[in-house]
Order: sequence, then C-alpha cells, then structure tokens
Amino acid sequence: MTAVLTKSSAHSIVEASPRAKIVAGGLVILYAVITILPLLWIVATAFKSQSDAIAYPPKVIFEPTLEGYVNLFTVRTRQTPDFIAKLPPPETWYDKLVRQRDMVIAGPSKVVPRFVNSLIIGFGSTFLAVFLGTLAAYAFSRFRIPLADDLLFFILSTRMMPPVAVAIPIYLMYRQLNLTDTRLGMILLYTAVNVSLAVWLLKGFIDEIPREYEEAALVDGYTRLQALRKVVLPQAVTGIAATAIFCLIFSWNEYAFAVLLTSGEAQTMPPFIPFIIGEGGQDWPAVAAATTLFVIPIVLFTVLLRKHLLRGITFGAVRK
Amino acid sequence: MTTILQPDDTMIPGVSEPAKSRATRRVRGLSDRTIAWLFVAPTIALLLAINIFPLVWMIRLSFTSLNLSMSYLPLRFVGLDNFTDILTDEDVWFRLQTTAQFVIWSVALQVVIGYGLALLINRQFRGHSFWTTIILLPMMLSPAVVGNFWTLLLQPQIGPFNYLISMFTGVPPSSFSMTGQVSLAPWTIVLVDTWMWAPYVMLICLAGLRSIPDYIYEAAEVDRASAWRQFWSITLPMTVPFLMLAVLFRAIENFKMFDMVNLLTSGGPGSTTELVSITLKRAAFEKWRTGYSSALAIILFVTVFGAANIYVKALNKVKQR
Repeated sequence: MTAVLTKSSAHSIVEASPRAKIVAGGLVILYAVITILPLLWIVATAFKSQSDAIAYPPKVIFEPTLEGYVNLFTVRTRQTPDFIAKLPPPETWYDKLVRQRDMVIAGPSKVVPRFVNSLIIGFGSTFLAVFLGTLAAYAFSRFRIPLADDLLFFILSTRMMPPVAVAIPIYLMYRQLNLTDTRLGMILLYTAVNVSLAVWLLKGFIDEIPREYEEAALVDGYTRLQALRKVVLPQAVTGIAATAIFCLIFSWNEYAFAVLLTSGEAQTMPPFIPFIIGEGGQDWPAVAAATTLFVIPIVLFTVLLRKHLLRGITFGAVRK
Repeated sequence: MTTILQPDDTMIPGVSEPAKSRATRRVRGLSDRTIAWLFVAPTIALLLAINIFPLVWMIRLSFTSLNLSMSYLPLRFVGLDNFTDILTDEDVWFRLQTTAQFVIWSVALQVVIGYGLALLINRQFRGHSFWTTIILLPMMLSPAVVGNFWTLLLQPQIGPFNYLISMFTGVPPSSFSMTGQVSLAPWTIVLVDTWMWAPYVMLICLAGLRSIPDYIYEAAEVDRASAWRQFWSITLPMTVPFLMLAVLFRAIENFKMFDMVNLLTSGGPGSTTELVSITLKRAAFEKWRTGYSSALAIILFVTVFGAANIYVKALNKVKQR
C-alpha cells in the first residue's frame, strides 16, 4: 500500500519525485560550492607569493610557491644583494627560496612553540574533562543523586557566561596564583568549560547502554568499579571518543580566554595567527599557510564526527 | 537506583567464581552512595573553583571602584554606583542595541537559510551526505580564525569578495569597503556569522524533519492535502520545537559574540559594530576598570540567564501542545 501510494503521487513529500530531487540537489550543491569558496581561497593564498597575494585584481591563476609556508616557519632579515652573493651557496631549498627575495633566514619563528601549546593545552584539557565527565556522567546516569536535575542545570549554566565576563575574575585569580600565561592555568580553565559538555554528552551515551549488562556483572560478583571498567566503558567507547573530539575542537579553536589570559609562554594558535607579520603588515601567504595547517585537523574531525555532530552541538538535547 | 541490584543482596553463594571472596569484597567494594559522590564531587569542585568562586568574587568587586591600572589605591566600596552608572549610560544602551540588532538579523537569516537547506537536503538526492558535510565545515572552524581570514576576503582592492560583487553588479570593487564603511559593517558581521552558523540551524532542522513519521504524510496524501497544506499543517508545526532550540542556542552564542567580530572589525568603524562583549573587554582589559566591568559582566550574565529561562519555558509549552 505504502509503495503504491508513494509511486503514484509524484508530489509526495515522503519520497520526493526525481525532478524535485534534481532541483534540490542543484540548489544544495550551489550553496555548498559558494560556502566552501572562502576556504579554498585561503588554501590557495597559502601557495601564492607575497605580490600575488595582494595583487589587484585578485589572482585566480598564479604560479604556486612554498614561500608562505617558509615564511611561516622562519624569521628572516633583509640583506643587500652583495652580501648574499658573498655567502656560501644555499644548503636547502628553503634557503634558496628566501635568498631569491634578498633575505636570509635568521632562525625559526614562534609558530612551532605556539602549535605545541595548542596541542598540550588541547589534549591536557580534553583528557581531564573526559575523565571527570565520564565519572560524573556515570553517577548521574546510574545512581539517584539528590537534586540531580539542579546539579545538571548548574553544570550547564556555567557555559552561558560570556567568556570575556569569566575572564575578568579568572585574570585576577590567576595573578594571585601565578597561573597567568601558564599552560596549567589554561588547561584548568578549558577543562572547566569542557567538563559541562562532557557530562551532558556522556550522560546521554551512558543512558543508552542497557542496565542489564551491569546488573548481570554485579550478579556475577563484580564490584561497581569493576563493572564500570569492564562492562560500561567498553560499550561507551564511541561516545567517549566523540565527546573527546568535541572537547579537543573547543580547546583548539578557543580565542577569547587565550587572547586575554596569555601573552607568550602559553599562547595558542588562534591568538597567534592574526599577528603573523611580514614587511609592511600582515604576511597573508604565511597567515593563510598557518590557517590551512590549523584547519586540516578540524576538517578530519568533522568527517569523523559526522554521525555524532548533532548531539555534540546541542549538548545532547537532540539525538537523532 | 531501585532497579539496580546491590551486589551484596543478590549474590548467590557458589553460583560464580568471584563469589568466594565475598567477605573481602564487602570491605573493598564501595557502596553505591559513596561511589556516586566520589564520581560527581571532582567535577563540582572544579566548577566551584573555576566558575563559582570567581563569580562570587566578581559580584563583590562590582560594588567597588577597583581600577587595575591604579591598584595601589585602597579598595573602596561604592555601593550600587557602578550599576547605576552603566544603566544610565547612553553608550551602553547603544551597544546593547547594536548587539540586539546583530542577534536578531543573524539568527533570522540563519533560520531562513538553515531551514531552507534542511528542506532541500531532506529530499535525499544522490550524494546529499557528501554535500552536507561540506556545508557543515564553516561552523567547525575557530571563529577567531574565520574573522581573521574574512578580513582578507573583504579587502576592497585585493579581496575577491568586492571583485565578485562588481562582476555581478558593475559597482567598482574599490568603491566600497565591507568592514570600513559605517553603512556596511553591521551587515558584514551578520553576513560572516550567517556563513558560519546557517549550517548549525540546518543540522538541527534536518533532525526535526527526519523525526516526522512517514505515515502522517501518507495520511495527508490519502486526504488529498496539497504539498503547501502539508507543509503548513504537518512539517512546520512538527519542526517548531527543533527550530526554537536552534534559535535559543544561536541567540545565546551571538549575544556573547566576541572572537569573530573582534578580529573582523574590532568594533569599528567608530563603534558601529561594537558588540557589548567588546565594550566589556575594553573596559576590563584596556581601561582596567575592574569594578565597573564586573558590574557590566553581571548585568550581561543575568540578561542571558533570564532570557534563556523564559525561552526554555516557552519552548516546553510548544512541546506540550
């Protein structure tokens, strides 16, 4: 009956007609292409020379060069052609590339330490948030906790604060505790922000694991902790992984706290990228190169997370 | 809890191997109540230390005239002066207006585009999954990095945006500046925010559309309801809770908006795009008026919190209908 109905009625919304599908597909693909253009432009800019990057009119076709990437990773000084001519022949391809612009590499730039900060702070806060979040989520899911709903709401509400507002007292507190511009300080702060997401998401995932498995384990003489470790955790592994990636993305992308509370030592990539300066302003190919490298993991994560994305962005409010 | 069996009550001697060590287990195994508290306590402690303690401290500071650039001065309590200063300051009201306009326009555009996209994607054309993933990319990026690279795209001369506009309209590309012109800058932040977050609304609406069971449409077909009628009587009412959820999340996020706009226009030109978070940052971290900015931060927090609560109540009403 159903099949007959959907076939006979061309305009049914249950199964769109072939023509409706083509129109929908065309419009969506058009939107997708327009929306991805800015990103493609940045990826292309990373392979432009300085003059191509700021050419008027903007260049779509250009000769690709790795100058942007070399500039991102090095600090260079301008020298006279005479001086460069007297130097021993360049040892590497990037030495050669830089000398073509009458420059000499003076040393590595700060991008690697900033990248390392992003990694340490990102993974550190993710690990802590997921660890604390798993424990709390398990307790909220399986035990009767007095005022559980209020506690859960409290955990969520800490996330409604505007980050700039949170940063004011944190700045004062960290000054007292000598945590300003330290990785530990940033890890603790990001853990606190991420743990609310982790508890809400993981509670949803653990709620979906049937209690019968644990009950069987308990009957078999496992303790609560053993049952958690050997029965619940293995079943929650996908959920934990998805939650971890969401936490990692937040820490990786975070800017407001980073720019207000760090200046050097613990600075991460987002506040660093806009300030990659060349001679006379922003070095756009280098900025674009940094942006490209910074965004690649996010693109991979998005593909990996595709199935759980909806849950993550709504704090588990919408599941499927 | 009631459905969970206590290990001690349910263990039958001799049934399983570990049961032999029941006596030791009773000592070693923690009671459920202890475990519950042990598991929840660290998270609550962390949030108390990093969120609540500073918040309480900030409430205290909001009654003082503390200025960090003159922190040698003794802490002076000024009562509600900061709050009255803020609430009677025309500039602050103007920033709040700017913020409200940004929130309303960006969320409205995102709802229209997001809902439209969701309707189209829900037709399940071939390859819809791949293109959906592409569309989702912008919302996963760092808002700061997005704000930064859009400044390049929107440069009047070297940026491709003005050039594309001139190709379609014939307006010379160097004759207007999206980020530097008073008349355009407020729309620019709406545009970039929509580019980034329309997919967010799309994803939530798509879940709403997919939650509608097919048989309702089949029944409508039997009744010969037109596609238009089906949309207004089935599709829209059944997706409203999802739409409202998306609006709630977006409105809260955009009310707090700082990173993207700070890098795209940093509040300029003049103060045309100075959202209230940027005002707060300037008061707190450039003028170092800690007392004043604490009061402003509290006002903002109460606003978000109050608005969100009212909204959630409305949302629940819609769901109950």
